[in-house]
Amino acid sequence: MSPEMLVDLLWKSLLQTLQMVAASGLLGSLIGLPIGIFLATSGKGELFPAPALNRAVGLIVNAARSTPFIILVVAIIPFTRLLTGTSIGTTAAIVPLTIATIPFFARLVEAAIREIDKGLIEAARAMGATPMQIVFKVLLAEARPAILLAFTMTIVSLIGYSAMVGAVGGGGLGDLGIRYGYQRFMPDVMLAVVVVLIVLVQLVQSAGDALARSFDKRNRKG
Amino acid sequence: MVSASSVEIRKVNKHYGTFHALKDIDLVIPPGKVTCLIGPSGSGKSTLLRCVNFLEEYDSGEVLIDGTMIGYEAPGKKMPGRKLREMRRSIGMVFQQFNLWPHMTARENVAEGLIRVRGLSKSEAHRRAADALAKVGLADKMANHPSRLSGGQQQRVAIARAIAMEPRLMLFDEPTSALDPELVGEVLNVMKTLASEGMTMVVVTHEMGFAAHVADQVVFMEKGELVGVDSPDRILHHPEDARIQSFLRTYHERNSF
Repeated sequence: MSPEMLVDLLWKSLLQTLQMVAASGLLGSLIGLPIGIFLATSGKGELFPAPALNRAVGLIVNAARSTPFIILVVAIIPFTRLLTGTSIGTTAAIVPLTIATIPFFARLVEAAIREIDKGLIEAARAMGATPMQIVFKVLLAEARPAILLAFTMTIVSLIGYSAMVGAVGGGGLGDLGIRYGYQRFMPDVMLAVVVVLIVLVQLVQSAGDALARSFDKRNRKG
Repeated sequence: MVSASSVEIRKVNKHYGTFHALKDIDLVIPPGKVTCLIGPSGSGKSTLLRCVNFLEEYDSGEVLIDGTMIGYEAPGKKMPGRKLREMRRSIGMVFQQFNLWPHMTARENVAEGLIRVRGLSKSEAHRRAADALAKVGLADKMANHPSRLSGGQQQRVAIARAIAMEPRLMLFDEPTSALDPELVGEVLNVMKTLASEGMTMVVVTHEMGFAAHVADQVVFMEKGELVGVDSPDRILHHPEDARIQSFLRTYHERNSF
């Protein structure tokens, strides 16, 4: 393979990966965020007590999280086809990636919110704050750095997951690595794919860390 | 200052599972006075204090703030959230662990409740926050985040946060227990000033000196029971009940060297 061809392939695959990760990351997090908030606030004696529904949602989230991603991809093909009109290609791949993101991000958000000192919630309750004010002004405000880190972790995981959607013709860097690097035994292609992935993950992680740090006032001087 | 509230506690009981945390508590907290709750750890004094603003839900009995029951509309029938929040707005609370919001500066911590709960404009809330912080001696620390304040300063911010809301009743849950000994005085001094202004104060404390000098009445609790209510002198210097004598003996032994 000529270097120009390789660069061209890498570029195309990178764009596909970015497209899949960005779309499913944003969509999945947007849906996962309120679910995570619900999980963290609906237990017995919490802000919006609904223990039965909390357990039910928790079960669904666990079920979704314990399904291996490659099985999820295949299992929801009818749903994917219903939504996108096709079951193969980059757009179709966004559906299982989004569905995998929702419970993953929801659990991370739940953990981030549960980390918050209960005393901070009590201080607001004692003042006469409404549950909604507590969610937005205490929980989300205090958990913001942790939620940003959770989002970063989600994106990094998605980059990994997106390599698997080659199985349904999703394309992307992982698919390129498998098809050229493994099946056609072109180690230089495999190496190039891995290098691009490492750089991509590093960039995402550094950006997420920096953003989270800028919002974290807890140990700030001044 | 706005008028001070009175609190009346009638036959209040609280269980945690099978543990009987409060047993038939009867207590009158007169307006404009300081009531100190003392007793061994686990005696139920913090639980009782937290029943007064219904952070802790009592099972039976009544807690009346200026004659209105808090938490329930009738025995067993919970009060709507909106009404409970309205009652809580005139009750300030100070916690052992300060519970300041870490992502806000001292001034923002004080202003937040005024903006969100009292509906004041941002500029008015910040003006009042500055006044409240000046009152507790922290005019020069307004722009600091809690992580940049000592424990004593954090607790004074927490007191400023509570008094800025213009409460008619202040609850203090072991306000100096988390502080290094040298920082206790500055917090107690702010509380003394508040007491001298005629605020109704209920204080759970292990500071017997504060109870002796500032309290109008001292309540001794043990094992969920109210053992004695009397003047500080009668409880702390001439206790008749053997349980109070034993508690004070332990206290004096620990604090002498």
